[in-house]
Amino acid sequence: MNTAIEVHGLTKRYGGSPVVDDVTFSIEQGETFALLGPNGAGKSTTVETLEGYRKPTVGTVRVLGTDPLKAGLEWRSRVGVVAQSLGADTTLTARELLTHAERVFPNARRADDVLSQLGLLKHARKRIGQLSGGQKRRVDLALGIIGRPEVLFLDEPTTGLDPEVRRQMWDIVRELSEHGTTVLLTTHYLDEAEQLADRAGVIIAGKVVALDSIANIGGADARMPVVRWRDGDRNREERIEHPTEFVTTLSRKHSGEIPGLEIIRPTLEDIYLGMLRAHGTESTREEADA
Amino acid sequence: MTAPTIDIARAAPISGLPAGHTIRVGIDRIRLELLEYARRTDNMVFTFAFPILLLFVFASAFGNMDPIVTPDGEISAGALMLPAMVSSGVLLSGTQNLGIGVAIEKWDGTLRRLSAMPIPVTSYFIGKFGQVLITSLVQTMALLAVGVFVFGFDLPQTAAQWGVFAWAYALGLICCAMLGLVLAQLPRSVNAASAVVIPIVLVIQFISGIYLTITMLPDWLIQIASIFPIAWLAHAMRFAFLPEAARFVELDHEWNLGMAVGMLAIWTVVGVIVAAITFRWVKRS
Repeated sequence: MNTAIEVHGLTKRYGGSPVVDDVTFSIEQGETFALLGPNGAGKSTTVETLEGYRKPTVGTVRVLGTDPLKAGLEWRSRVGVVAQSLGADTTLTARELLTHAERVFPNARRADDVLSQLGLLKHARKRIGQLSGGQKRRVDLALGIIGRPEVLFLDEPTTGLDPEVRRQMWDIVRELSEHGTTVLLTTHYLDEAEQLADRAGVIIAGKVVALDSIANIGGADARMPVVRWRDGDRNREERIEHPTEFVTTLSRKHSGEIPGLEIIRPTLEDIYLGMLRAHGTESTREEADA
Repeated sequence: MTAPTIDIARAAPISGLPAGHTIRVGIDRIRLELLEYARRTDNMVFTFAFPILLLFVFASAFGNMDPIVTPDGEISAGALMLPAMVSSGVLLSGTQNLGIGVAIEKWDGTLRRLSAMPIPVTSYFIGKFGQVLITSLVQTMALLAVGVFVFGFDLPQTAAQWGVFAWAYALGLICCAMLGLVLAQLPRSVNAASAVVIPIVLVIQFISGIYLTITMLPDWLIQIASIFPIAWLAHAMRFAFLPEAARFVELDHEWNLGMAVGMLAIWTVVGVIVAAITFRWVKRS
């Protein structure tokens, strides 16, 4: 496996405290990686550095072996960018933008094939300004994928979209991934990371606080099941690696049912909220508690 | 979500872009630029149609005034408006069009969207300048048609006049386009684009003998206007369209075409240098 994206010791500072603080991770070719974190955590800054729009204060980044700041057009033709808000004030239609993109990328897909794949064919003749938010977002995605990118950056691809459109976007990302595209997506939706990514990095207040496969993120401790029961009028709680064994022992002390017995395996959400409480600022803790 | 059989993966890593990429992309950008231009109502009204409408208004209004009497004969006051509006069109199609258009594209994310694709910056400018040239040629031909067929004004009469018209138009358009790129760097938001550019373009026309004939302006204002290229563009256009006697309504009662070429050339060079320094294709922060 080759490494498609490398971030080493990336720090970005605008005057005061760092927006991105000593971030290190790498993404293998063909992998889908999610950068997960609350708003303002530094996700977009990291991705924009990888896209060549921001200069690291400290650290190095490489995309397809190239420093994005020094990359040329050939590199641009291998990288797809779906930024957060392209919201261009354009009077052009989706088809006009895509036929142009088809001519711009070497080895591009046909504009109408991409429009059809994204369910945009019947809106192809409408001006961008007349499209709904979800349709505009799909045009953004279409422009990002028409050049058959080896690496695709998706900055919050589904923020503000309704559930059906989100699922459509997910299907498309999965299909790209199956065809070997390396995907880096940022999101503040856990389910999105869970649905799409092989691995995730959790970034809070500019720092990566966890970096692992979706199945293992947070480490063994955070995933340890919790057994809850009532002992007289007291609520008891035990974190235990082997809950079956524990409950068997516990049941011997009780005649019949153990009152209020629960075995809880922390979901990714519980783990993530735990991280927000542990590492976050005042506002992210409030977000976690809510 | 149909067509699952489409091959969406890149067959093999490509090396480099095909030959002629810059030109091909540039020509396709002219297509998009023209579509955008024609669909923007504010553009069509205030940049494309404005000098044509003003030619109707001014030529009708001044047409009823007494002719200007000079030692070499009479000059129709209305006829002065054709070279004035041709100059105005060059200024609007170059400076106002690019000044507003590029500023909007800078602030609404268009430049960033384009720079994320393998679009050479040269292709972007081929698109812009192609759009400027085509829209300006159509506009100029419309002005000449209205001037000649509606009001009966003269086209240039001699080879020398046609020659001056040709270089004044070409150099004037390049100069105005460059100054448009420079002005595009002043607005700080999409909404500020026309608010910043239009007043500058408007004032320069008033003091450069375009909306007000040069005979109406006080000497000191003409001196100020003479620092800028538009007064010289209009001067050269008056030479191209008016009879020799019109020199009596110029400063010092003389044509000064050498100065006109020089001023337009200097401002073009200044525009190219400042635009090259200030224009950012990929903005890095």
